[in-house]
Amino acid sequence: MTTTTKPATPVTATRGRRPGAGALALRQGRLEITQFLRSRESVVFTMGFPIIMILIFASIFDGTIGGGVKFTQYFITGMIATGLMTVSFQNLGIWIPIERDRGVLKRYRGTPMPKWVWFAGKVIMVVAIGIAETVLLLAVAVALFDLDLPGTAAKWFTFGWVAVLGVTACTLCGIAISSLARTARSGSAVVTPVALVLQFISGVFFVFTDLPTWMQQVAALFPLKWMCQGLRSVFLPESFGAQEPGGSFELGRVAVVLALWCVIGVVLCLTTFRWTTKRDG
Amino acid sequence: MDDELAISVRGLRKAYGDNVAVAGVDLDVHRGEVFALLGPNGAGKTTTVEILEGYRRRDAGEVTVLGVDPAQPDADWRSRVGIVLQGTGEFDELTVAEVIRHFSGFYPDADDPDKVIERVGLADKAKARTHTLSGGQKRRLDVALGIVGRPELLFLDEPTTGFDPEARREFWELIRDLAAAGTTIVLTTHYLDEAEALADRVGVIAGGRLVEVAAPNRLGNRQEALATVSWRTPEGTRESAQSATPTAFVADLAARYGGEVPGLTVTRPTLEDVYLTMIGHAR
Repeated sequence: MTTTTKPATPVTATRGRRPGAGALALRQGRLEITQFLRSRESVVFTMGFPIIMILIFASIFDGTIGGGVKFTQYFITGMIATGLMTVSFQNLGIWIPIERDRGVLKRYRGTPMPKWVWFAGKVIMVVAIGIAETVLLLAVAVALFDLDLPGTAAKWFTFGWVAVLGVTACTLCGIAISSLARTARSGSAVVTPVALVLQFISGVFFVFTDLPTWMQQVAALFPLKWMCQGLRSVFLPESFGAQEPGGSFELGRVAVVLALWCVIGVVLCLTTFRWTTKRDG
Repeated sequence: MDDELAISVRGLRKAYGDNVAVAGVDLDVHRGEVFALLGPNGAGKTTTVEILEGYRRRDAGEVTVLGVDPAQPDADWRSRVGIVLQGTGEFDELTVAEVIRHFSGFYPDADDPDKVIERVGLADKAKARTHTLSGGQKRRLDVALGIVGRPELLFLDEPTTGFDPEARREFWELIRDLAAAGTTIVLTTHYLDEAEALADRVGVIAGGRLVEVAAPNRLGNRQEALATVSWRTPEGTRESAQSATPTAFVADLAARYGGEVPGLTVTRPTLEDVYLTMIGHAR
Protein backbone atom coordinates (compact mmCIF):
# COMPACT_ATOMS: atom_id res chain seq x y z
CA MET A 1 0.00 0.00 0.00
CA THR A 2 1.33 3.43 -0.83
CA THR A 3 0.75 6.46 1.27
CA THR A 4 0.05 9.05 -1.38
CA THR A 5 -2.64 11.35 -0.06
CA LYS A 6 -5.58 12.01 -2.28
CA PRO A 7 -6.76 15.59 -2.60
CA ALA A 8 -9.15 16.40 0.21
CA THR A 9 -12.76 15.93 -0.82
CA PRO A 10 -14.80 18.90 0.31
CA VAL A 11 -17.70 17.75 2.49
CA THR A 12 -20.25 19.15 0.07
CA ALA A 13 -18.51 18.06 -3.11
CA THR A 14 -20.61 18.46 -6.21
CA ARG A 15 -20.98 15.00 -7.62
CA GLY A 16 -20.42 14.33 -11.28
CA ARG A 17 -23.00 12.90 -13.62
CA ARG A 18 -24.05 9.32 -13.04
CA PRO A 19 -23.24 7.02 -15.99
CA GLY A 20 -26.18 6.59 -18.36
CA ALA A 21 -28.70 3.87 -17.56
CA GLY A 22 -28.30 2.06 -20.87
CA ALA A 23 -24.51 2.06 -20.56
CA LEU A 24 -24.77 0.64 -17.04
CA ALA A 25 -27.01 -2.20 -18.22
CA LEU A 26 -24.71 -3.07 -21.13
CA ARG A 27 -21.65 -3.07 -18.87
CA GLN A 28 -23.47 -5.33 -16.45
CA GLY A 29 -24.49 -7.65 -19.28
CA ARG A 30 -20.94 -7.85 -20.56
CA LEU A 31 -19.67 -8.69 -17.08
CA GLU A 32 -22.27 -11.45 -16.68
CA ILE A 33 -21.37 -12.95 -20.06
CA THR A 34 -17.66 -12.86 -19.17
CA GLN A 35 -18.37 -14.61 -15.88
CA PHE A 36 -20.53 -17.21 -17.61
CA LEU A 37 -18.01 -17.99 -20.34
CA ARG A 38 -15.16 -18.29 -17.83
CA SER A 39 -17.06 -20.75 -15.69
CA ARG A 40 -16.40 -24.05 -17.41
CA GLU A 41 -19.26 -25.94 -15.71
CA SER A 42 -21.82 -23.42 -16.94
CA VAL A 43 -20.57 -23.53 -20.49
CA VAL A 44 -20.42 -27.32 -20.68
CA PHE A 45 -23.69 -27.90 -18.88
CA THR A 46 -25.77 -25.11 -20.38
CA MET A 47 -24.43 -25.00 -23.91
CA GLY A 48 -23.43 -28.63 -24.25
CA PHE A 49 -26.45 -30.43 -22.83
CA PRO A 50 -28.96 -29.77 -25.64
CA ILE A 51 -26.32 -30.55 -28.27
CA ILE A 52 -25.43 -33.86 -26.64
CA MET A 53 -29.15 -34.66 -26.41
CA ILE A 54 -29.79 -33.96 -30.09
CA LEU A 55 -26.75 -36.10 -31.01
CA ILE A 56 -28.15 -38.99 -28.98
CA PHE A 57 -31.76 -38.61 -30.07
CA ALA A 58 -31.08 -38.10 -33.74
CA SER A 59 -28.79 -41.13 -33.71
CA ILE A 60 -31.31 -43.39 -31.98
CA PHE A 61 -34.44 -42.28 -33.83
CA ASP A 62 -33.24 -41.87 -37.38
CA GLY A 63 -36.56 -42.77 -38.95
CA THR A 64 -39.57 -40.67 -39.83
CA ILE A 65 -42.73 -39.81 -37.90
CA GLY A 66 -44.96 -40.10 -40.94
CA GLY A 67 -45.48 -37.97 -44.03
CA GLY A 68 -41.78 -38.25 -44.81
CA VAL A 69 -40.93 -35.97 -41.89
CA LYS A 70 -37.76 -36.94 -40.03
CA PHE A 71 -37.74 -37.53 -36.28
CA THR A 72 -35.01 -34.90 -36.01
CA GLN A 73 -37.52 -32.35 -37.24
CA TYR A 74 -39.74 -33.17 -34.26
CA PHE A 75 -37.07 -33.49 -31.57
CA ILE A 76 -35.21 -30.31 -32.55
CA THR A 77 -38.18 -28.33 -31.21
CA GLY A 78 -37.90 -29.98 -27.80
CA MET A 79 -34.15 -29.49 -27.76
CA ILE A 80 -34.40 -25.80 -28.65
CA ALA A 81 -37.03 -25.29 -25.96
CA THR A 82 -34.96 -27.25 -23.43
CA GLY A 83 -31.87 -25.27 -24.34
CA LEU A 84 -33.70 -21.99 -23.82
CA MET A 85 -35.05 -23.21 -20.51
CA THR A 86 -31.61 -24.41 -19.39
CA VAL A 87 -29.90 -21.12 -20.17
CA SER A 88 -32.58 -19.08 -18.42
CA PHE A 89 -34.48 -21.02 -15.77
CA GLN A 90 -31.82 -23.54 -14.69
CA ASN A 91 -28.83 -21.27 -15.17
CA LEU A 92 -30.30 -18.47 -13.05
CA GLY A 93 -31.99 -20.77 -10.53
CA ILE A 94 -28.64 -22.41 -9.81
CA TRP A 95 -26.28 -19.41 -10.05
CA ILE A 96 -28.22 -16.73 -8.22
CA PRO A 97 -28.26 -18.70 -4.93
CA ILE A 98 -24.49 -19.16 -5.26
CA GLU A 99 -23.99 -15.43 -5.80
CA ARG A 100 -26.36 -14.65 -2.96
CA ASP A 101 -24.49 -17.03 -0.66
CA ARG A 102 -21.11 -15.59 -1.63
CA GLY A 103 -22.38 -12.11 -0.79
CA VAL A 104 -22.09 -10.83 -4.34
CA LEU A 105 -25.68 -9.57 -4.37
CA LYS A 106 -25.24 -7.91 -0.98
CA ARG A 107 -22.21 -6.13 -2.31
CA TYR A 108 -24.11 -4.82 -5.34
CA ARG A 109 -26.84 -3.53 -3.00
CA GLY A 110 -24.24 -1.44 -1.21
CA THR A 111 -23.45 0.52 -4.38
CA PRO A 112 -25.50 3.22 -6.11
CA MET A 113 -26.25 0.76 -8.94
CA PRO A 114 -30.00 0.89 -9.64
CA LYS A 115 -31.51 -2.51 -8.79
CA TRP A 116 -32.89 -3.07 -12.28
CA VAL A 117 -29.41 -2.87 -13.79
CA TRP A 118 -28.47 -6.11 -12.12
CA PHE A 119 -31.57 -7.84 -13.52
CA ALA A 120 -30.88 -6.32 -16.93
CA GLY A 121 -27.38 -7.77 -16.83
CA LYS A 122 -28.80 -11.24 -16.22
CA VAL A 123 -31.33 -10.84 -19.06
CA ILE A 124 -28.65 -9.68 -21.50
CA MET A 125 -26.51 -12.68 -20.55
CA VAL A 126 -29.43 -15.11 -20.95
CA VAL A 127 -30.42 -13.68 -24.34
CA ALA A 128 -26.86 -13.68 -25.69
CA ILE A 129 -26.08 -17.20 -24.51
CA GLY A 130 -29.55 -18.39 -25.59
CA ILE A 131 -29.03 -17.12 -29.14
CA ALA A 132 -25.52 -18.57 -29.37
CA GLU A 133 -26.69 -21.91 -28.06
CA THR A 134 -29.71 -22.11 -30.39
CA VAL A 135 -27.62 -21.21 -33.43
CA LEU A 136 -25.10 -23.89 -32.48
CA LEU A 137 -27.86 -26.44 -32.01
CA LEU A 138 -29.40 -25.65 -35.40
CA ALA A 139 -26.00 -25.75 -37.08
CA VAL A 140 -25.25 -29.20 -35.64
CA ALA A 141 -28.68 -30.51 -36.62
CA VAL A 142 -28.43 -29.12 -40.16
CA ALA A 143 -24.88 -30.37 -40.67
CA LEU A 144 -25.28 -33.85 -39.21
CA PHE A 145 -28.96 -34.72 -39.43
CA ASP A 146 -30.29 -32.84 -42.48
CA LEU A 147 -32.60 -30.62 -40.47
CA ASP A 148 -34.86 -28.47 -42.66
CA LEU A 149 -34.83 -24.88 -41.45
CA PRO A 150 -38.08 -22.88 -41.57
CA GLY A 151 -38.76 -21.79 -45.14
CA THR A 152 -40.86 -18.66 -44.73
CA ALA A 153 -40.47 -15.31 -43.02
CA ALA A 154 -43.72 -15.96 -41.12
CA LYS A 155 -42.26 -19.11 -39.60
CA TRP A 156 -39.06 -17.33 -38.58
CA PHE A 157 -41.22 -14.64 -37.02
CA THR A 158 -43.13 -17.25 -35.02
CA PHE A 159 -39.79 -18.79 -34.01
CA GLY A 160 -38.69 -15.35 -32.81
CA TRP A 161 -41.67 -14.46 -30.66
CA VAL A 162 -42.07 -17.93 -29.16
CA ALA A 163 -38.38 -17.90 -28.19
CA VAL A 164 -38.53 -14.37 -26.77
CA LEU A 165 -41.71 -14.97 -24.74
CA GLY A 166 -40.48 -18.36 -23.57
CA VAL A 167 -37.07 -17.09 -22.51
CA THR A 168 -38.64 -14.13 -20.74
CA ALA A 169 -41.03 -16.37 -18.78
CA CYS A 170 -38.25 -18.83 -17.90
CA THR A 171 -35.84 -16.06 -16.90
CA LEU A 172 -38.36 -14.50 -14.56
CA CYS A 173 -39.26 -17.89 -13.08
CA GLY A 174 -35.56 -18.72 -12.68
CA ILE A 175 -34.97 -15.49 -10.74
CA ALA A 176 -38.08 -16.19 -8.67
CA ILE A 177 -37.19 -19.80 -7.84
CA SER A 178 -33.66 -18.74 -6.84
CA SER A 179 -35.15 -17.33 -3.63
CA LEU A 180 -36.35 -20.80 -2.60
CA ALA A 181 -32.81 -22.09 -2.21
CA ARG A 182 -31.46 -21.40 1.27
CA THR A 183 -27.83 -22.07 0.46
CA ALA A 184 -25.55 -22.01 -2.56
CA ARG A 185 -25.62 -25.75 -2.93
CA SER A 186 -29.39 -26.21 -2.74
CA GLY A 187 -29.99 -24.19 -5.93
CA SER A 188 -29.53 -27.11 -8.27
CA ALA A 189 -31.47 -29.43 -5.93
CA VAL A 190 -34.46 -27.10 -6.20
CA VAL A 191 -34.24 -26.39 -9.93
CA THR A 192 -33.05 -29.62 -11.53
CA PRO A 193 -36.02 -31.85 -10.57
CA VAL A 194 -38.49 -29.19 -11.71
CA ALA A 195 -36.72 -28.86 -15.06
CA LEU A 196 -36.37 -32.60 -15.53
CA VAL A 197 -40.02 -33.37 -14.77
CA LEU A 198 -41.16 -30.59 -17.08
CA GLN A 199 -38.95 -31.94 -19.85
CA PHE A 200 -40.44 -35.43 -19.51
CA ILE A 201 -44.09 -34.33 -19.40
CA SER A 202 -43.84 -31.54 -21.98
CA GLY A 203 -42.89 -33.61 -25.00
CA VAL A 204 -39.16 -32.96 -25.08
CA PHE A 205 -38.09 -36.60 -24.94
CA PHE A 206 -41.29 -38.21 -26.28
CA VAL A 207 -43.91 -37.33 -28.82
CA PHE A 208 -46.23 -35.21 -26.72
CA THR A 209 -49.48 -36.83 -27.87
CA ASP A 210 -48.10 -40.28 -26.91
CA LEU A 211 -48.15 -39.20 -23.26
CA PRO A 212 -51.11 -40.02 -20.97
CA THR A 213 -53.82 -37.38 -21.16
CA TRP A 214 -53.53 -36.37 -17.49
CA MET A 215 -49.81 -35.78 -17.99
CA GLN A 216 -50.52 -33.62 -21.01
CA GLN A 217 -52.96 -31.62 -18.93
CA VAL A 218 -50.42 -31.08 -16.13
CA ALA A 219 -47.80 -30.05 -18.68
CA ALA A 220 -50.23 -27.55 -20.19
CA LEU A 221 -50.08 -25.55 -16.96
CA PHE A 222 -46.38 -24.77 -17.49
CA PRO A 223 -44.49 -22.80 -20.16
CA LEU A 224 -42.26 -25.54 -21.59
CA LYS A 225 -45.10 -27.45 -23.26
CA TRP A 226 -46.23 -24.29 -25.02
CA MET A 227 -42.72 -23.38 -26.10
CA CYS A 228 -42.38 -26.84 -27.68
CA GLN A 229 -45.78 -26.54 -29.32
CA GLY A 230 -45.04 -23.11 -30.75
CA LEU A 231 -41.72 -24.36 -32.10
CA ARG A 232 -43.41 -27.42 -33.67
CA SER A 233 -45.51 -25.01 -35.74
CA VAL A 234 -42.19 -23.65 -37.04
CA PHE A 235 -40.38 -26.90 -37.82
CA LEU A 236 -43.23 -29.25 -38.81
CA PRO A 237 -45.55 -29.02 -41.81
CA GLU A 238 -48.87 -27.18 -41.36
CA SER A 239 -50.78 -30.48 -41.60
CA PHE A 240 -49.20 -31.79 -38.37
CA GLY A 241 -51.22 -29.22 -36.42
CA ALA A 242 -54.21 -31.53 -36.62
CA GLN A 243 -52.35 -34.08 -34.45
CA GLU A 244 -51.86 -31.61 -31.57
CA PRO A 245 -54.14 -32.09 -28.54
CA GLY A 246 -56.09 -28.94 -29.47
CA GLY A 247 -56.45 -29.92 -33.12
CA SER A 248 -54.07 -27.16 -34.24
CA PHE A 249 -50.80 -25.50 -33.11
CA GLU A 250 -52.96 -22.96 -31.18
CA LEU A 251 -50.45 -20.13 -31.56
CA GLY A 252 -52.87 -17.71 -29.89
CA ARG A 253 -53.02 -19.87 -26.81
CA VAL A 254 -49.21 -20.31 -26.86
CA ALA A 255 -48.85 -16.52 -26.72
CA VAL A 256 -51.43 -16.14 -23.95
CA VAL A 257 -50.00 -18.86 -21.68
CA LEU A 258 -46.40 -17.68 -22.10
CA ALA A 259 -47.42 -14.06 -21.50
CA LEU A 260 -49.32 -15.15 -18.40
CA TRP A 261 -46.19 -16.87 -17.09
CA CYS A 262 -44.25 -13.65 -17.68
CA VAL A 263 -46.75 -11.84 -15.46
CA ILE A 264 -46.61 -14.57 -12.80
CA GLY A 265 -42.82 -14.43 -12.97
CA VAL A 266 -42.71 -10.65 -12.50
CA VAL A 267 -45.06 -10.84 -9.52
CA LEU A 268 -43.03 -13.65 -7.92
CA CYS A 269 -39.78 -11.75 -8.49
CA LEU A 270 -41.11 -8.53 -7.01
CA THR A 271 -42.59 -10.25 -3.95
CA THR A 272 -39.97 -12.87 -3.14
CA PHE A 273 -36.59 -11.69 -4.40
CA ARG A 274 -33.90 -11.53 -1.71
CA TRP A 275 -30.55 -9.77 -2.01
CA THR A 276 -29.20 -11.41 1.12
CA THR A 277 -29.42 -14.88 2.62
CA LYS A 278 -31.96 -15.58 5.39
CA ARG A 279 -29.30 -15.79 8.10
CA ASP A 280 -28.06 -12.46 6.86
CA GLY A 281 -31.18 -10.58 7.91
CA MET B 1 -29.99 18.05 10.77
CA ASP B 2 -26.64 18.85 12.32
CA ASP B 3 -24.07 19.39 9.57
CA GLU B 4 -21.23 18.47 11.88
CA LEU B 5 -22.58 14.98 12.41
CA ALA B 6 -21.97 12.21 9.93
CA ILE B 7 -24.04 9.77 11.97
CA SER B 8 -26.66 10.34 14.62
CA VAL B 9 -28.36 7.44 16.41
CA ARG B 10 -30.95 7.66 19.18
CA GLY B 11 -32.57 4.73 20.96
CA LEU B 12 -31.64 2.15 18.31
CA ARG B 13 -33.13 -1.27 18.93
CA LYS B 14 -33.11 -4.49 16.95
CA ALA B 15 -34.16 -7.98 17.92
CA TYR B 16 -34.15 -11.26 16.01
CA GLY B 17 -37.07 -13.10 17.54
CA ASP B 18 -36.33 -13.29 21.28
CA ASN B 19 -32.68 -12.45 20.81
CA VAL B 20 -32.11 -8.73 21.37
CA ALA B 21 -29.07 -7.79 19.29
CA VAL B 22 -29.13 -4.02 19.86
CA ALA B 23 -30.80 -2.80 23.06
CA GLY B 24 -30.99 0.96 22.87
CA VAL B 25 -27.89 2.55 21.37
CA ASP B 26 -27.27 6.32 21.25
CA LEU B 27 -24.33 7.40 19.17
CA ASP B 28 -22.93 10.44 17.36
CA VAL B 29 -20.08 10.31 14.88
CA HIS B 30 -18.63 13.63 13.75
CA ARG B 31 -17.57 14.39 10.23
CA GLY B 32 -13.94 13.63 9.61
CA GLU B 33 -13.73 11.41 12.66
CA VAL B 34 -12.36 7.87 12.87
CA PHE B 35 -14.73 6.01 15.15
CA ALA B 36 -14.17 2.42 16.30
CA LEU B 37 -16.89 0.14 17.59
CA LEU B 38 -15.08 -2.29 19.83
CA GLY B 39 -16.68 -5.36 21.27
CA PRO B 40 -16.63 -9.13 21.51
CA ASN B 41 -18.30 -11.37 18.94
CA GLY B 42 -22.08 -11.23 19.22
CA ALA B 43 -22.04 -7.86 20.97
CA GLY B 44 -24.15 -6.20 18.28
CA LYS B 45 -21.39 -4.50 16.26
CA THR B 46 -22.33 -5.89 12.87
CA THR B 47 -26.07 -5.48 13.42
CA THR B 48 -25.55 -1.83 14.37
CA VAL B 49 -23.28 -1.13 11.44
CA GLU B 50 -25.51 -2.92 8.93
CA ILE B 51 -28.47 -0.82 10.07
CA LEU B 52 -26.36 2.28 9.46
CA GLU B 53 -25.37 0.92 6.04
CA GLY B 54 -29.01 0.45 5.06
CA TYR B 55 -28.88 -3.36 4.96
CA ARG B 56 -31.04 -4.13 7.97
CA ARG B 57 -34.25 -2.64 9.24
CA ARG B 58 -34.37 -1.39 12.79
CA ASP B 59 -37.16 -2.11 15.25
CA ALA B 60 -37.03 1.30 16.92
CA GLY B 61 -34.96 4.44 17.17
CA GLU B 62 -33.95 7.43 15.08
CA VAL B 63 -31.04 7.11 12.72
CA THR B 64 -29.54 9.54 10.24
CA VAL B 65 -26.41 8.86 8.22
CA LEU B 66 -25.11 11.82 6.18
CA GLY B 67 -28.49 13.42 6.84
CA VAL B 68 -30.47 10.53 5.36
CA ASP B 69 -32.46 7.75 7.04
CA PRO B 70 -30.56 4.63 5.92
CA ALA B 71 -33.81 2.63 5.89
CA GLN B 72 -34.64 4.66 2.74
CA PRO B 73 -31.37 4.64 0.85
CA ASP B 74 -31.26 6.33 -2.54
CA ALA B 75 -28.58 6.18 -5.21
CA ASP B 76 -27.11 9.56 -4.30
CA TRP B 77 -26.69 8.52 -0.66
CA ARG B 78 -25.23 5.18 -1.72
CA SER B 79 -22.61 6.96 -3.81
CA ARG B 80 -21.48 8.92 -0.75
CA VAL B 81 -21.15 5.87 1.50
CA GLY B 82 -18.43 3.23 1.10
CA ILE B 83 -18.96 -0.20 2.60
CA VAL B 84 -16.51 -2.96 3.44
CA LEU B 85 -18.59 -5.88 4.63
CA GLN B 86 -17.46 -8.56 7.01
CA GLY B 87 -17.96 -11.43 4.58
CA THR B 88 -16.35 -11.13 1.18
CA GLY B 89 -18.54 -11.17 -1.91
CA GLU B 90 -16.39 -13.04 -4.33
CA PHE B 91 -16.25 -12.85 -8.09
CA ASP B 92 -14.26 -16.00 -8.72
CA GLU B 93 -14.23 -15.73 -12.50
CA LEU B 94 -13.02 -12.12 -12.73
CA THR B 95 -9.66 -10.44 -12.21
CA VAL B 96 -8.93 -7.84 -9.57
CA ALA B 97 -8.74 -5.06 -12.16
CA GLU B 98 -11.99 -6.14 -13.85
CA VAL B 99 -13.94 -6.12 -10.58
CA ILE B 100 -12.61 -2.75 -9.44
CA ARG B 101 -13.10 -1.17 -12.86
CA HIS B 102 -16.66 -2.49 -13.03
CA PHE B 103 -17.60 -1.16 -9.60
CA SER B 104 -16.00 2.21 -10.29
CA GLY B 105 -18.58 2.59 -13.07
CA PHE B 106 -21.41 2.72 -10.54
CA TYR B 107 -20.13 5.93 -8.95
CA PRO B 108 -20.48 9.44 -10.35
CA ASP B 109 -17.20 10.62 -8.86
CA ALA B 110 -15.13 7.44 -8.87
CA ASP B 111 -11.42 7.28 -8.28
CA ASP B 112 -9.09 5.98 -10.99
CA PRO B 113 -9.27 2.14 -10.69
CA ASP B 114 -5.53 1.70 -11.28
CA LYS B 115 -4.76 4.21 -8.55
CA VAL B 116 -7.06 2.37 -6.15
CA ILE B 117 -5.42 -0.98 -6.96
CA GLU B 118 -2.02 0.59 -6.29
CA ARG B 119 -3.25 2.13 -3.08
CA VAL B 120 -4.49 -1.09 -1.50
CA GLY B 121 -1.28 -2.84 -2.55
CA LEU B 122 -2.70 -5.16 -5.21
CA ALA B 123 -0.78 -3.77 -8.18
CA ASP B 124 1.08 -7.03 -8.83
CA LYS B 125 -2.21 -8.97 -8.54
CA ALA B 126 -4.25 -6.73 -10.85
CA LYS B 127 -4.52 -9.38 -13.56
CA ALA B 128 -5.05 -12.33 -11.19
CA ARG B 129 -8.45 -14.03 -10.91
CA THR B 130 -9.87 -13.14 -7.52
CA HIS B 131 -10.13 -16.79 -6.43
CA THR B 132 -6.34 -17.05 -6.51
CA LEU B 133 -5.89 -14.31 -3.90
CA SER B 134 -4.94 -15.03 -0.30
CA GLY B 135 -7.33 -14.13 2.54
CA GLY B 136 -5.54 -10.86 3.23
CA GLN B 137 -5.44 -9.96 -0.47
CA LYS B 138 -9.19 -10.59 -0.81
CA ARG B 139 -9.71 -8.24 2.10
CA ARG B 140 -7.69 -5.59 0.29
CA LEU B 141 -9.93 -6.04 -2.72
CA ASP B 142 -12.92 -5.50 -0.41
CA VAL B 143 -11.35 -2.29 0.82
CA ALA B 144 -10.64 -1.21 -2.77
CA LEU B 145 -14.33 -1.67 -3.64
CA GLY B 146 -15.26 0.30 -0.52
CA ILE B 147 -13.14 3.32 -1.47
CA VAL B 148 -13.35 3.32 -5.27
CA GLY B 149 -16.39 5.63 -5.20
CA ARG B 150 -14.48 8.19 -3.08
CA PRO B 151 -16.98 8.04 -0.22
CA GLU B 152 -17.51 10.77 2.37
CA LEU B 153 -18.18 8.06 4.92
CA LEU B 154 -16.54 4.65 4.96
CA PHE B 155 -17.76 1.66 6.97
CA LEU B 156 -15.29 -1.14 7.66
CA ASP B 157 -16.59 -4.25 9.39
CA GLU B 158 -13.64 -6.10 10.96
CA PRO B 159 -11.38 -5.06 8.08
CA THR B 160 -8.08 -6.64 9.11
CA THR B 161 -9.26 -10.16 9.92
CA GLY B 162 -6.83 -12.52 8.19
CA PHE B 163 -4.05 -9.94 7.81
CA ASP B 164 -0.49 -10.67 8.86
CA PRO B 165 1.09 -8.01 11.14
CA GLU B 166 2.82 -6.21 8.29
CA ALA B 167 -0.34 -6.06 6.19
CA ARG B 168 -2.20 -4.67 9.19
CA ARG B 169 0.34 -1.86 9.59
CA GLU B 170 0.02 -1.02 5.90
CA PHE B 171 -3.74 -1.08 6.19
CA TRP B 172 -3.62 1.27 9.16
CA GLU B 173 -1.55 3.66 7.08
CA LEU B 174 -4.19 3.58 4.38
CA ILE B 175 -6.94 4.35 6.91
CA ARG B 176 -4.93 7.26 8.38
CA ASP B 177 -4.39 8.48 4.85
CA LEU B 178 -8.11 8.40 4.08
CA ALA B 179 -8.91 10.09 7.38
CA ALA B 180 -6.33 12.80 6.66
CA ALA B 181 -8.14 13.46 3.38
CA GLY B 182 -11.37 14.13 5.29
CA THR B 183 -13.16 10.78 5.00
CA THR B 184 -15.27 9.89 8.01
CA ILE B 185 -14.50 6.32 9.05
CA VAL B 186 -16.50 3.92 11.17
CA LEU B 187 -14.83 0.60 11.81
CA THR B 188 -15.71 -2.37 13.95
CA THR B 189 -12.97 -4.45 15.44
CA HIS B 190 -12.25 -6.81 18.26
CA TYR B 191 -8.59 -5.88 18.24
CA LEU B 192 -7.80 -3.40 21.01
CA ASP B 193 -4.55 -2.28 19.43
CA GLU B 194 -6.38 -1.51 16.20
CA ALA B 195 -8.91 0.70 17.97
CA GLU B 196 -6.11 2.39 19.91
CA ALA B 197 -3.98 2.93 16.82
CA LEU B 198 -6.68 4.30 14.53
CA ALA B 199 -9.64 5.73 16.37
CA ASP B 200 -10.24 9.26 17.57
CA ARG B 201 -12.97 7.79 19.74
CA VAL B 202 -13.87 4.25 20.69
CA GLY B 203 -17.34 2.99 21.51
CA VAL B 204 -17.29 -0.18 23.55
CA ILE B 205 -20.32 -2.29 22.77
CA ALA B 206 -21.36 -5.34 24.77
CA GLY B 207 -24.64 -7.14 25.09
CA GLY B 208 -26.26 -4.80 22.55
CA ARG B 209 -25.47 -1.69 24.60
CA LEU B 210 -22.87 1.00 24.19
CA VAL B 211 -21.01 0.72 27.49
CA GLU B 212 -18.78 3.72 27.00
CA VAL B 213 -17.63 6.15 24.34
CA ALA B 214 -14.28 7.87 24.83
CA ALA B 215 -10.88 8.58 23.32
CA PRO B 216 -8.83 5.38 23.55
CA ASN B 217 -6.52 6.77 26.26
CA ARG B 218 -9.47 7.93 28.36
CA LEU B 219 -11.47 4.74 28.16
CA GLY B 220 -12.64 3.61 31.60
CA ASN B 221 -10.95 6.70 33.13
CA ARG B 222 -7.71 4.90 32.45
CA GLN B 223 -5.59 8.00 33.02
CA GLU B 224 -7.09 8.69 36.40
CA ALA B 225 -7.12 5.07 37.50
CA LEU B 226 -5.22 4.11 40.65
CA ALA B 227 -1.77 2.69 40.11
CA THR B 228 -0.91 -0.66 41.58
CA VAL B 229 2.41 -0.77 43.47
CA SER B 230 3.72 -4.25 44.14
CA TRP B 231 6.86 -5.45 45.92
CA ARG B 232 8.34 -8.40 47.81
CA THR B 233 8.43 -8.38 51.61
CA PRO B 234 11.53 -9.67 53.48
CA GLU B 235 9.47 -12.77 54.31
CA GLY B 236 9.29 -13.50 50.58
CA THR B 237 5.54 -12.91 50.10
CA ARG B 238 4.24 -10.45 47.58
CA GLU B 239 2.43 -7.35 48.76
CA SER B 240 0.56 -4.77 46.68
CA ALA B 241 -1.30 -1.54 47.22
CA GLN B 242 -3.45 0.81 45.17
CA SER B 243 -2.36 4.40 45.15
CA ALA B 244 -3.35 7.68 43.55
CA THR B 245 0.14 9.01 44.27
CA PRO B 246 2.44 6.12 43.41
CA THR B 247 5.62 8.25 43.34
CA ALA B 248 5.18 9.35 46.94
CA PHE B 249 4.20 5.80 47.87
CA VAL B 250 7.38 4.38 46.34
CA ALA B 251 9.51 7.06 48.02
CA ASP B 252 7.95 6.00 51.31
CA LEU B 253 8.67 2.35 50.58
CA ALA B 254 12.27 3.15 49.66
CA ALA B 255 12.73 4.95 52.96
CA ARG B 256 11.22 1.96 54.80
CA TYR B 257 13.55 -0.50 53.07
CA GLY B 258 16.49 1.85 53.32
CA GLY B 259 17.17 1.91 49.59
CA GLU B 260 16.27 -0.68 46.97
CA VAL B 261 12.74 -2.17 47.23
CA PRO B 262 12.84 -5.84 46.25
CA GLY B 263 10.72 -6.87 43.20
CA LEU B 264 9.17 -3.40 42.77
CA THR B 265 6.57 -2.83 40.01
CA VAL B 266 4.22 0.08 39.39
CA THR B 267 1.40 -0.54 36.87
CA ARG B 268 -1.71 1.15 35.62
CA PRO B 269 -4.56 -0.80 34.01
CA THR B 270 -3.88 -1.48 30.32
CA LEU B 271 -6.54 -0.82 27.74
CA GLU B 272 -7.13 -4.54 27.76
CA ASP B 273 -7.74 -4.59 31.53
CA VAL B 274 -10.22 -1.73 31.22
CA TYR B 275 -11.94 -3.33 28.25
CA LEU B 276 -12.27 -6.75 29.86
CA THR B 277 -13.72 -5.15 33.01
CA MET B 278 -16.24 -3.25 30.89
CA ILE B 279 -17.48 -6.13 28.80
CA GLY B 280 -17.40 -8.34 31.89
CA HIS B 281 -19.86 -5.98 33.65
CA ALA B 282 -22.18 -5.95 30.66
CA ARG B 283 -22.53 -9.72 30.56
